[in-house]
Amino acid sequence: MQGAEVALEGVGLAYGAFWAVRGIDLTVRPGEFFSLLGPSGCGKTTILRLVSGFVEPTEGVIRIDGRDVRGVGPAARPTALVFQNLALFPLMRVWENVAFGLEVRGVAKAERRRRAEELLELVALPGFAEKRVDELSGGQRQRVAIARALAVEPKVLLLDEPLSALDLKLRQHMRAELKAIQRRTGVTFLYITHDQGEAFTMSDRVAVMSQGRIEQVGTPAEIYDAPATAFVASFVGESNPLPGRVRESAGGLARIDTALGPLRARDPRGLAPGSAAILVVRPERCRLDGAGEGDGPADRLARAEDAPVNRIEGRLARIDFEGAFANLVVASPAGPALKVQVANDGRLSRLEAGAPVTVRFPAEAALALPEGPLARE
Amino acid sequence: MSELWRRFGRLGGGLVLATALLWALLLIVLPQLLMVELSFRPNLPAAARGGPEDVLSLANYAALWANPLHRAIFWQTIWSSLLVTLLALLVCYPVAFHLAQEARGTRALLLATALVIPFWVNEILRTFSWFLILARNGLVNRLLLGLGVIEEPLALGGVGAVMIGMVYAYVLFMIFPLYNALESLDRNQIEAARDLGASTWRIHWRVVIPHAKPGIAVGCVMTFMLAAGTFAVPQIMQSLPGGTNARWFTQIIYSYFFDGGDWNRGSAYAFALLLLCIVFVMATMRLFRVGLRDIAK
Amino acid sequence: MSARGLLRLFTALYLALFFAYLFLPLVFMVAAAFNASRFPTMLPWEGFTLQWFWGFDARGRPTGLFQDARMAAALWNSILIGAGVILLSVPLGLAGALLLTSLQSRLKGFLYAVLVSPILTPGVILGISTLIFWQRAFEVGGGLFLAVVGQSTFIASYCMLLFMARLERFDRTLEEAALDLGASHLQMVRRILLPFLRPAILSAALIAFLQSFENYNTTLFVIGAEDTLTINIATRVRLGLTPAVNAIGVLFIAATVLAAIGWAVLRRREVAVRRERPVPARAQRLAPAAG
Repeated sequence: MQGAEVALEGVGLAYGAFWAVRGIDLTVRPGEFFSLLGPSGCGKTTILRLVSGFVEPTEGVIRIDGRDVRGVGPAARPTALVFQNLALFPLMRVWENVAFGLEVRGVAKAERRRRAEELLELVALPGFAEKRVDELSGGQRQRVAIARALAVEPKVLLLDEPLSALDLKLRQHMRAELKAIQRRTGVTFLYITHDQGEAFTMSDRVAVMSQGRIEQVGTPAEIYDAPATAFVASFVGESNPLPGRVRESAGGLARIDTALGPLRARDPRGLAPGSAAILVVRPERCRLDGAGEGDGPADRLARAEDAPVNRIEGRLARIDFEGAFANLVVASPAGPALKVQVANDGRLSRLEAGAPVTVRFPAEAALALPEGPLARE
Repeated sequence: MSELWRRFGRLGGGLVLATALLWALLLIVLPQLLMVELSFRPNLPAAARGGPEDVLSLANYAALWANPLHRAIFWQTIWSSLLVTLLALLVCYPVAFHLAQEARGTRALLLATALVIPFWVNEILRTFSWFLILARNGLVNRLLLGLGVIEEPLALGGVGAVMIGMVYAYVLFMIFPLYNALESLDRNQIEAARDLGASTWRIHWRVVIPHAKPGIAVGCVMTFMLAAGTFAVPQIMQSLPGGTNARWFTQIIYSYFFDGGDWNRGSAYAFALLLLCIVFVMATMRLFRVGLRDIAK
Repeated sequence: MSARGLLRLFTALYLALFFAYLFLPLVFMVAAAFNASRFPTMLPWEGFTLQWFWGFDARGRPTGLFQDARMAAALWNSILIGAGVILLSVPLGLAGALLLTSLQSRLKGFLYAVLVSPILTPGVILGISTLIFWQRAFEVGGGLFLAVVGQSTFIASYCMLLFMARLERFDRTLEEAALDLGASHLQMVRRILLPFLRPAILSAALIAFLQSFENYNTTLFVIGAEDTLTINIATRVRLGLTPAVNAIGVLFIAATVLAAIGWAVLRRREVAVRRERPVPARAQRLAPAAG
């Protein structure tokens, strides 16, 4: 099997006056594990339905391996869909489910059966051919659905939150399983999820979506470390978004006036002085004076006299002890509370709620982004 | 509509659409429209149809209004049907409640099956079985004669006999909707009400009946429609001694079609009956605040 | 005795009365079928006889139901009409259900109202309008064909409701999954939709036949000079009264009781199976044999 390239060029879909998605430009490379990540209602399922052919775009072009597939029905596209609820046929045996795509293509029964057994082998379900669908566990159904989709030898496998019905442990197990199947088959996977853990662990690249648009496309590390918009920064992982106004920007560093005072942050875009901005810093990049002090390079940098460091005075409002680390909330009378995550270096017990503390993070750890909507908690 | 094409394709979707529309038009809408249209025209020989005399008028309806006998039979059909509906509701409610809420397991199944049996025995035969009881030589007269209560067989025919026959023939159309509605009531609600100190009457009035509203509405609509539109029951019960005066509106309609040959007048009378049923359905749905959708049980 | 105990006694008494009311007339009717009396009555009892099923009177004339050629012809007509109604109503009802489940909004509400309206229309009016329409528009008079058409008008509505109830539990993504896997629309219908609907199709066919078989009010207007079993019974009841009518009743009741017992046994087994295996019991029973 060989993966295909999927390209969306200026794709939009409107229901009456409402645009479910618009201006989507996206290229999924052949054989890539690509995820669309976003909150529910952001339009990611719409993109999946557009690619699979259940809906036609109102504007724009969809290409699979360079071929314009507009007007081609779902049956004729080299894609196969794994449905959110799996949509296994309840009246058919497992192998009949898997071989359904071959059956409708007129493949002889013996051959169908043989292919079904092979695919069940591939998804680690040997010997399940004669079972009924209702005899399977959640994870097993999952694999049958994937085998059924793979049976038609698609070049692109479209997966619509297929793990959402499973419990946490099984979900984590299936992530590795899915990734392995993708590697083995070489098929392009286009994966839909609202769970960043899922997207990050499995994907080569991720597109973050919000309100019918793509906010950022990149590898999981790029998305986490260099979010392109305030939405991405706040949707992916924990963060402290601090709205403010740019005072000056030079040499890739900006000084921003926030409610917590003037703070410095990386500014790769060179924001215009006077413009509204949001400074974002991850909780794990923050330090407390006198607690959770590490000795890594970042810590040494933060302690260095000449490095630009931000300092915020506050009061320790809450301590949630997690074991390996602790989540702290530092309240400051001047502005929003800060989330801080400190490693457990054996001195966490010295922390006391209500105590005055100083939060410290290097300018390099913070990022200045143009003002924009945040993800809702 | 695009959903239809997506599910079944152009050909399949077209077939589904065409079949359903053919049913709606050829079997339902057009026949009714033609009947209504006919009712506004005079009865003419085939040659004169479409001629100068063939004009729309209310003459056929005026004739119904002007005929005191027909008018009387129309009113009698209405109030008798209402009474039959009410009687059927009163008779069925306790049974349906017991079946849906109190009886369990095998007993419930047995009772439900027992209800189904007379349901599938022909309406004619069901009526006939009561005819046999009320006949001159029937069970009632025999018993009364045997006990010496009466000397001569009584003439038991009449509107009362027709209504007895109808309640008997149609109770099951009342009991099944009631049962369906009551079955979905969570038993805990009754327990809760009882626990809070409500009396049996209050529980029914405040908890059970409000829940059963759609079922009551459907049962009443079905029973009324069947009673007002029946032909079989009065026809059979009229053969009882003293039963000739118990005429039903449907019988007048029938005689216009097959004895008098005046289809136009018959259509007008039929449409009047249909309007009556529509009014009853609308009134019941409004009274019980239920939609047409609840009728799909 | 407590108030609740009293209530329970009262309920039991009422139920006994109700079922007596329901069944005693039928019992009398059955009993009269075996009474040697010339009139259809249970009293006075003149001795047990089977002559109303098969037999001859004193002058050697046949008295039994099974010797009546007209009855046999009427029965045959009823069966023909019933078969016709199945062939017409089931597809109509299915098309209606599929169409309605594909529609949204106001059009759906309107069409739904039109398609269920025959259930709420008196049978005589359905008969009359059918007769008028086919006579005036196509010059087709009363007869077996018109009986099929007239009865199907409302029986198709019942079928449609049955299909809609079943389709409510249908997962539409199964259709999409089949199409996505390359099935044509026809293959999807044949392989996914129809197998799912099969139990509903069977019960719709059964209900359609029974409804047709016992229909009187509509049939009366569209049957023309033909005879059906129900029309024949009504004529007998009205005119020549011999206990042969009761003999028909006996057969009807016997058939119904047998069917009801069969149904109850099936239901019990289903309930028992379901208790054993909560979810899949139904699927198991309906699953086609592999291959």
